[in-house]
Amino acid sequence: MDFRLGAKSDAFREEVRSFLREHLRPDTLERAHETGTHHDRELHRALGAQGWIAASWPEEYGGQGRDPFEMTAMRDELRLAGVPTDGLGQSVIVARTVRAVGTEEQKQRFLPPFLRGEIIFALGYTEPDSGSDVAAAKTRAVRDGDDWVIDGQKMFTTLAHESAYVFLLTRTNPDVAKHRGLTMFLVPLDAPGVEIHPVHTMGGERTNATFYTGVRVPDAFRVGEVDGGWDVMNVALTFERGGFALSEADRVWQWTVDWARETRRPDGTRVIDDPLVRERLATMRVNDEVARLLALRCSYVAATGGMPGVEGSMHKLWYAEAMTADAAELVDMLGAEGLLEHGEPDAPVDGWVEQLHRHAAVTTIYGGTSEVQRDIIASRGLGLPRSRR
Amino acid sequence: MVDLSLSEEQDHLVETFRAFFAKESPPPLVRAAEEAGGFDPDLWQAVCALGGPALGVDPSAGGAGAGLLDLELVSERLGAALAPVPLVESWVAARLLATCDPVPGTWARLTDDLPAAATVALHPAHEGSARLVPAGAVASVVAGLDGDELVVVDVDPPPAAAVRNLGGAPIADRSLRGEGRIVLAHGDDARARHADAVDEWRVLTAGALVGLAGAALELGVEYAKQRHQFGVPIGSFQALAHQLADVATMVDGAQLLTREASWAADEHEADAPALARMAFLFASRTAQRTTAVALHVHGGYGFTLEYDVQLYHRRAKAWPLLMGDPRRESARLADALFEPPEPR
Repeated sequence: MDFRLGAKSDAFREEVRSFLREHLRPDTLERAHETGTHHDRELHRALGAQGWIAASWPEEYGGQGRDPFEMTAMRDELRLAGVPTDGLGQSVIVARTVRAVGTEEQKQRFLPPFLRGEIIFALGYTEPDSGSDVAAAKTRAVRDGDDWVIDGQKMFTTLAHESAYVFLLTRTNPDVAKHRGLTMFLVPLDAPGVEIHPVHTMGGERTNATFYTGVRVPDAFRVGEVDGGWDVMNVALTFERGGFALSEADRVWQWTVDWARETRRPDGTRVIDDPLVRERLATMRVNDEVARLLALRCSYVAATGGMPGVEGSMHKLWYAEAMTADAAELVDMLGAEGLLEHGEPDAPVDGWVEQLHRHAAVTTIYGGTSEVQRDIIASRGLGLPRSRR
Repeated sequence: MVDLSLSEEQDHLVETFRAFFAKESPPPLVRAAEEAGGFDPDLWQAVCALGGPALGVDPSAGGAGAGLLDLELVSERLGAALAPVPLVESWVAARLLATCDPVPGTWARLTDDLPAAATVALHPAHEGSARLVPAGAVASVVAGLDGDELVVVDVDPPPAAAVRNLGGAPIADRSLRGEGRIVLAHGDDARARHADAVDEWRVLTAGALVGLAGAALELGVEYAKQRHQFGVPIGSFQALAHQLADVATMVDGAQLLTREASWAADEHEADAPALARMAFLFASRTAQRTTAVALHVHGGYGFTLEYDVQLYHRRAKAWPLLMGDPRRESARLADALFEPPEPR
């Protein structure tokens, strides 16, 4: 056994660090926090210029052939520095799916500007009436000559206002079983008939509701077979649980430890010397290390030619649930001052603990809820009978 | 580069002990041993033929040269079978003694064809007496801290009888004084050696708890597939399936963390002491949560002595508690992660 990422990854980590020293501006985090848009166009283009948008892809597809552990090192650095990576994360899912199932023409059209960091993609699965039951989507696509005409509504279309295309799940056949009548499209978000309405969250994030009224899309923008959308979705959903790295919890834990070391209470004692503080920070470190190892196992599965399925679900379930519980504990640990938001001059840890607590709740929902992950672990991992009750 | 697979030798080691315990330490034997004070002498003799106290000792000192990771892998199998033999304690004690000046008579008894069992008292003795020593009722050889000294005593047969306890474990108070007491180290050196040994006990006990938890999970999952209520297997109810999914995740996490901790100790990584405490804490939590869920899945039957899951449930609490209150363990982890508190 060996738990070190290795020399290649360590070298790449240094490259990423030096890139961030040059390109990460101090106000990047602040701007993401203020606007709720966790995507930075300038930084994203710089990543593209570096060849790092899809660094793991083979060189002939515009990547650098980085192995899963180099990618782990890169993502860890981006996370620890607080780089807003939502745009990168969701776009890679779409691009990988296009690479896996798209036509040659689609690869030529969509992938080069994606790899240069010029465009990002939004995910258009969820609707007002369908979240976890994603195959129940009602947004209609109807064939009209060489075009399709799309009508419907999507919810939580995060970064639609920054994206060139939305990866849209539509119903093309209402007369067959729900999984059998779905088709995927890449819909240009500047097409006539598309409306983007901001939706603001408890975590300060901006997401969107998007509306589609008589939106015309050429058949060339259809991804996968007509009525074969569920197969495409399954490819994309597996990729969705493939972005393994440290979480926000690791960053905030480190900042909290630094703060607790530097800060003294009115009675002169250091915060880090308080037994209640030490116990909480120690327990959170254990949970974070377990999350890191469950993620590392996914990278290992990928590095040895496998596709992390149950392993991915276990990582997603653990990091989200543990982070949610630990963020609540950290807020408690700070007492009344733990309520102060980022921007209040005397907020402990600059209010990032309060922010983590706000944000954590959504991690148990997006990317497949904890209940969806538990279903996957129970049925595919433990062999328990499938059920819907 | 990251490699989460086992070597061929390790695969072989694991399979050897898995097959051995499956055959030689079935639940009826575990139950009988519990009645007899938590130890089976025949099983001890048989297991020592595969790897006794000196399994993890350097060949130059007469051992088989297994690393802590190798021992951890075996302790997982031991834990899965609840095998009533003090292997973990004996390995830790033998590794401690092997790094000190030789204690010829005692050392010969640990490397004998039928070796004596050995252990380390986890907590410093009070007025020469070490309280509730793991394997204290069956180990002749006991090492421990007595004031400023790291000492070893060797009393054959062991002088203390097991006390009845939650885990059916052969624990007993032991004196670290009297005839034949040998001082192994003094002062800071004594404390450092003892601390290293206790960290090894943490890692190997974590391994046993990982194995215990994995086996309890299997019991729960199998029962959930077979038991029908309302006309369907109870494992099809999400209210149960999701609890099993949660603990399955913890078991995988605990195994990764415990193996990382053993690997880090073998590699002399700087964070090895912190990882030992982390693995011990998390494996304990995992074993207790997993056995609680597995027992609950069995319904009322799980609470009866007839079913095996109660054997796991009781040991999940008992094995780690010998280290003391787990919240104090968390504080010790904090001491390894952060600098010690400033004196007030």
